[in-house]
Amino acid sequence: MLHLIESWFGVPSSATFSADIDFVFSLIFWIVGFWFLLTEVVFFWLILRFRKRDGVPAQYITGELKSEKKWITWPHMAVLVFDVVIVVAAVRVWYHVKQELPPAVETVRVIGQQWAWSFVHPGPDGQQGTADDIATVDELHVRVNTLYHFKLEARDVLHSFSVPVFRLKQDAIPGRVITGWFEATKTGTHDIQCAEICGIGHGVMGARIVIESPAEHAAWMASRSSVSVASLASPSAVQE
Amino acid sequence: MAHAADIHPHAAHGHHEEVSWWRTYLFSTDHKMIAMQYMFTGMAMALIGGFFAYAFRMQQAFPGMDVPLYGLVTPNKYNVLITNHGAIMIFWVAMPVLIAAFGNYLIPLMLGCDDMVFPRINRLSYQIFLLSAVILLVSFFVPGGAFAGAWTIYPPLSSKAEYGLAPLGSSIFLVAVALEFVAFLLGGINFITTAMNSRAPGMKMYDVPIVVWMIVVASILFMASVGPLIAGAIMLFMDQQVGTAFFDPDKGGDPVLWQHLFWFFGHPEVYVVLLPALGIVAEIITTFSRKKLFAYKTVLYTVFGTGVLSFVVWAHHQFVAGIDPRMANIFTITTLLISVPIAEMLFVYIATLYGGSITLTTPMLWGLSFIAEFLIGGVTGIFLGASGSDIFLHDTYFVLAHFHYTFVPIAIIGTFAGLTFWFPKMFGRMMNETWGKIHFWITIVAFNCIFIPLFITGSAGDHRRIYNYMNFPDSAVPWLQDLRVFATYSLVVMLLAQAIFLVNFFWSIFRGEKAGKNPWRANTLEWTTESPPPHGNWPADQLPNVYRGPYEYSHPDRKEDYWPQNLPA
Repeated sequence: MLHLIESWFGVPSSATFSADIDFVFSLIFWIVGFWFLLTEVVFFWLILRFRKRDGVPAQYITGELKSEKKWITWPHMAVLVFDVVIVVAAVRVWYHVKQELPPAVETVRVIGQQWAWSFVHPGPDGQQGTADDIATVDELHVRVNTLYHFKLEARDVLHSFSVPVFRLKQDAIPGRVITGWFEATKTGTHDIQCAEICGIGHGVMGARIVIESPAEHAAWMASRSSVSVASLASPSAVQE
Repeated sequence: MAHAADIHPHAAHGHHEEVSWWRTYLFSTDHKMIAMQYMFTGMAMALIGGFFAYAFRMQQAFPGMDVPLYGLVTPNKYNVLITNHGAIMIFWVAMPVLIAAFGNYLIPLMLGCDDMVFPRINRLSYQIFLLSAVILLVSFFVPGGAFAGAWTIYPPLSSKAEYGLAPLGSSIFLVAVALEFVAFLLGGINFITTAMNSRAPGMKMYDVPIVVWMIVVASILFMASVGPLIAGAIMLFMDQQVGTAFFDPDKGGDPVLWQHLFWFFGHPEVYVVLLPALGIVAEIITTFSRKKLFAYKTVLYTVFGTGVLSFVVWAHHQFVAGIDPRMANIFTITTLLISVPIAEMLFVYIATLYGGSITLTTPMLWGLSFIAEFLIGGVTGIFLGASGSDIFLHDTYFVLAHFHYTFVPIAIIGTFAGLTFWFPKMFGRMMNETWGKIHFWITIVAFNCIFIPLFITGSAGDHRRIYNYMNFPDSAVPWLQDLRVFATYSLVVMLLAQAIFLVNFFWSIFRGEKAGKNPWRANTLEWTTESPPPHGNWPADQLPNVYRGPYEYSHPDRKEDYWPQNLPA
């Protein structure tokens, strides 16, 4: 009931905060769904009830009297009250996902360019900007139950780093490094998409996120440790 | 040009009475003719915009197919189609039809005056608008092709030819949009001054029909919001063509600045087209339920409230765009607050039905369906205005379905409501009711069948502006593709159904039953003159006086169930 995006729409919930975002979605769904249905029922009932009948004239109602106006004043107060409920829920989750920055275990760099995602993983030493960093294209490897910071960059135009299973989305802007965080809760391989139109190849700008157990992750790092990252190093790495 | 007058010196003083075809149809200053020009230009552009939607929806449903009547939709063509579909439907359909056509037609007639205050500015407005439409269409035929960077024109994709790949198209697009704004500024000046200065004797501000109020408030919103975007468009044009760097981060500019300028205009723009549609619906539901509008002044206050709030919600388009995340909290609050006046306005309309004597004519069906459908657009906006859920839903098909549930009621349903309601006045004949209702039901059912599936694909994570979902393993699943195909078939049905309307429309212009002055027995002043109204609207000595408000239906002191505004007490 409160995780509709996962239970109805089949998008797995794979980050610590994805259930929170599902909760806001579901809360709004039930609140506005109820009021929407009620409004439509009243609306259609009025149309049926007050169809033209011979010999029954329409009533003359100005709607200016207090006794009449309450019929719109009370619903309008209800809208306000439920707006407050929704604002509180939405802002709490927003604060948690976008404003807070819990301390990270590791940091990955995410770089969007026309029309591919590249990722710089910290490698076995857990540190960015060292010789053992692992750079990949179109594949992000993370450990489950580990808090990551991501440093998001764009090389050319706007892109948007979107991981539906995390419910996470953040635009990448050339000239800036935007920091955010996530912590995966389930292993699996899922889509990363670009969510901001970025030219002809926007429709192919996908990547995969591979969420692994620590053992799987270590095995993957071992298989990649010989690969050089020199080709992906950029000045922005120095800023960190 | 100067010597043209020398060659035909008699042209200046020859024919005083007989107005040439040229002056009647192309260079008319008559507000009704200008309204028709806007209307038919808007309808023509709607056919183009609708065809674009057909082409890119077919590509979505059947990736890589040779689309009948179009051909292969390549990734670049896909982007061109979605970009120009959006721009055309908003700037060259919704605005000319709802504001310019209905505003021009209705304001002088409903206020009881002979024309706009500035008829020549009015004519200039349409001419610039037509020019802007032509320029937009020309952009499809220049080297590099038309602009393909989405109707929001975000730089650097839109500002640098090496990224957007349409060096000429992107600049022509900006010129077209800027000229369109100039046209509507000129038109808006006219609407506001006419409503302030040219009301019939006795017509107080609270006797002005709601639709006129709505168009005037919409014009004010437009004038107050468009300045920053015109400035932005010039800056972006200079970035493209002169080499400035207002939005170029490599040289100290900021691409996010454009987003602020764009949406500072872009969000009030929603209300600029919404308000006229709401006004049309108010005229229709009062007429066909034979009811006084419930709480006239409350409607006005909610309009003013909506107008003011609409200036402080723009950044809800940018929650995840890289703005300071703290800003999202403020804009979440203002965005959800705007649901209060809009909801109240809809409650007023619903309350108006209470105690009525409702006849479901074609215009009434359109008017009522506006309320039922716009409500869906309204409540789904809450999901997106709430920052917490927008993190997931931003730039998905949920957004797309949401704003089509606002814009289709506005630009399609609202327009059909107004057209079918005022058709007898515009052309002096009635439209066919049976075909009108058939067209209504097919259009409404098909419309819902297009966009309800898209709410579902959006909630399942489909991103916008993707030409082929088969490239994404999580999106390439069969049940999502089935929904995309179903939406596409529904669109084809909806588009084909418009042929019924066009046939009914043109057949009725020539062959429909004669309408008479006031076929709907309505109160407002336009129904007191001939159908169609002559040049000058009323004979010069018979301009109406006003004795009461526009919604005195079923008044207990009167035998008739309507009480025209111009009848002495």
